[in-house]
Amino acid sequence: MSARRRLWGLLRKESLQIWRDPSALAIALLLPTVLLLIFGYGVSLDARNVRLAIVVQEPGPLATQFVAGFARSPYFQPVLFAAIQDAEAAMDRGDAQAIVWLQSDFARAANAGGAPVGLLVNGVDANDARIIEGYVQQVWAGFVAAHGGGVISVQPRVRFNPSVSSRDYLVPGLIAVIMTLTGALLTALVIAREWERGTMEALMVTPVAMREILLAKLLPYFVLGMGGMAGSVAIAVWLFGVVLHGSFWVLTAASALFMLAALGMGLLISSVARNQFVAGQIAIITTFLPAFILSGFVFDIASMPRAVQIITHVVAARYFVSILQSVFLAGDVWSVIAPNAAALALMAVIFLVLARAIARKRLD
Amino acid sequence: MFARVLALLVKELLAVLRDGRSRAVLIGPPLLQLLVFGYAATFDLNHVPMAIYDQDHSAASRELVAHFAGAPAFEVVARLTSDAGIDRLIDSRQAALVLLIDARFSRDLLTHRPARVQAIVDGRNSNTALLIEGYANSIINDFAIGWAGSHGGRPPEAVLVTRARYNPALSSRWFIVPGIVALLTQVVTLLVVGLSVAREREAGTFDQLLVTPLRQIDILLGKGLPGLLIGMIEASAIIAAALWWFDVPLRGGVGALYLGLLLFVVSATGIGLMISALAATQQQALLGTFLFMVPSIILSGFATPIANMPGWMQTLTLLNPMRYILVIVRAVFLEGAGMATLWPQYWPMAVIGVAGLAAAGWLFRKRTI
Repeated sequence: MSARRRLWGLLRKESLQIWRDPSALAIALLLPTVLLLIFGYGVSLDARNVRLAIVVQEPGPLATQFVAGFARSPYFQPVLFAAIQDAEAAMDRGDAQAIVWLQSDFARAANAGGAPVGLLVNGVDANDARIIEGYVQQVWAGFVAAHGGGVISVQPRVRFNPSVSSRDYLVPGLIAVIMTLTGALLTALVIAREWERGTMEALMVTPVAMREILLAKLLPYFVLGMGGMAGSVAIAVWLFGVVLHGSFWVLTAASALFMLAALGMGLLISSVARNQFVAGQIAIITTFLPAFILSGFVFDIASMPRAVQIITHVVAARYFVSILQSVFLAGDVWSVIAPNAAALALMAVIFLVLARAIARKRLD
Repeated sequence: MFARVLALLVKELLAVLRDGRSRAVLIGPPLLQLLVFGYAATFDLNHVPMAIYDQDHSAASRELVAHFAGAPAFEVVARLTSDAGIDRLIDSRQAALVLLIDARFSRDLLTHRPARVQAIVDGRNSNTALLIEGYANSIINDFAIGWAGSHGGRPPEAVLVTRARYNPALSSRWFIVPGIVALLTQVVTLLVVGLSVAREREAGTFDQLLVTPLRQIDILLGKGLPGLLIGMIEASAIIAAALWWFDVPLRGGVGALYLGLLLFVVSATGIGLMISALAATQQQALLGTFLFMVPSIILSGFATPIANMPGWMQTLTLLNPMRYILVIVRAVFLEGAGMATLWPQYWPMAVIGVAGLAAAGWLFRKRTI
């Protein structure tokens, strides 16, 4: 039997197996679209309608002007209090995320310059606290500028995402995290399953080479995975309105490289574990959390300690997140795409070669 | 009856712990991940690469640059001499912030006109972009107040004096590390119970178990207790690391924390067993475990606040045990909350746990018929 016919036969077997157990189809097509739908709506770092307590101890025209700035801002839902104790009680109950406090001598102090305005934030969610602080600063800067101006005026300009909407950067990142799961889940159990059911031995006595077995396990899942990828991109673009600034073909090529790396990792897990239970456990531990936390999807890699930054290099999602964020928000920036794509290609090769080396045609 | 459950418990623990690789997966990676994630998961800015384009070249502009160079949040990686380099540095991610000091900066300062500074930020990561703007504003404000103080001139009408309650340094590690306690506890519990019934189903040994004199409740206990035991032990180890390695303060009582964790592990065990009992193959069980675990973590308020979600989704998160335990660990660690204030978080987890376990017990028999 020719090599091509052997491979064809194996491919047919794998495809039939996928078709008959709907869970593989569910992983490839349902999982990414459902997760992206939920997360696209649910994951946001934009603080809107911040419940802000404003304490004005002595009302006056200047204080009213200051407070009006908060009422106009789209970020705040201000509630007025007369005493700081009441506002603090509201914060303890969780009814106020931050307190702005104008003391009784505000008008007098302001005329002399440098009147202190107290800002008290609940620091438990430190990120939220900092973002709220930034919004309050904006309102404050507006007030100061309207009264003869401060010493320095800062003009911020945000490149690539001028509205600083977190969805535009989180959705491309989510695609990378979700496809990491899909890729590994698709292949993590397929070789372990054959070992466990004893069908691997049946395959071994045939003339097929291990290379062919692996290839037959890779190709159908690659097609499935790319299908899931296409679905995710469609949702990102048409449902969430994330504009694709780069080219479709760069995105496709990068996705193909990433898919190979993710599937390769699954095959490697499967070859190492040789039983589905352990393979499943390894897949749970090594795919989702590292892709979620170490990929730069929400947590900035540059801010991590050096040692952790080095560890992030073994997470394939890291490179893909970087490519996706650039291709979606910035365009085909080759200085970002080329090194990251090379890294993905290298990881794919390493995983597949390792899987090939470990999955010997041998019983032990 | 007690002896029977004990025998089943021993068998289950052996099934999980006998395999060296399975044992290694349960013990090594979660602790290693706590260490790595504890350092990695931070929203604080450190050494953010920035570039400076100083068109002014004056003593004042150099002083402002020195303020940035001295800040731990930023690292000056390039100095530009023309507009051309700005976009290239940002596009290639070599710099996340370019500070452009206007040519009239010192002249405006001396004549008491607002001196202009431009901050160009990479918006690909919008959260970091907002934080960078905030940090840069604070540094520039400090400089401005210092300048007004030493060179005369009128200070602005009002100055902001910021103070943060519960977490004065606004260290996001204090927020994230208690969250990781909950995260890893759930992952470990699911690792133990998620595939356990499905594996026996696939091997056919589950039917054998059903024909023994063991009652449904015995099987449920035998299958659930290993998850509970291992989950609680790992949680304790992770809490110890949070306290003594990451120096997160524990301001509340240990009792309030453990009651929460116990209920959380029970609810995770219930859901894990339910998934496992529902699945016909281990592949389906693994898919189910992921379909529960991933949304439960991403939509829990661990990294992104629940308050930012649309209303209908906030309602949906009421079914997520992770949501409640995150409130508990953070409240106990940072705010010093006691049991009394946490009842609204305890009882939903208890309800979810009982419902999950009951469904699992029912599915044990139902699924085989």
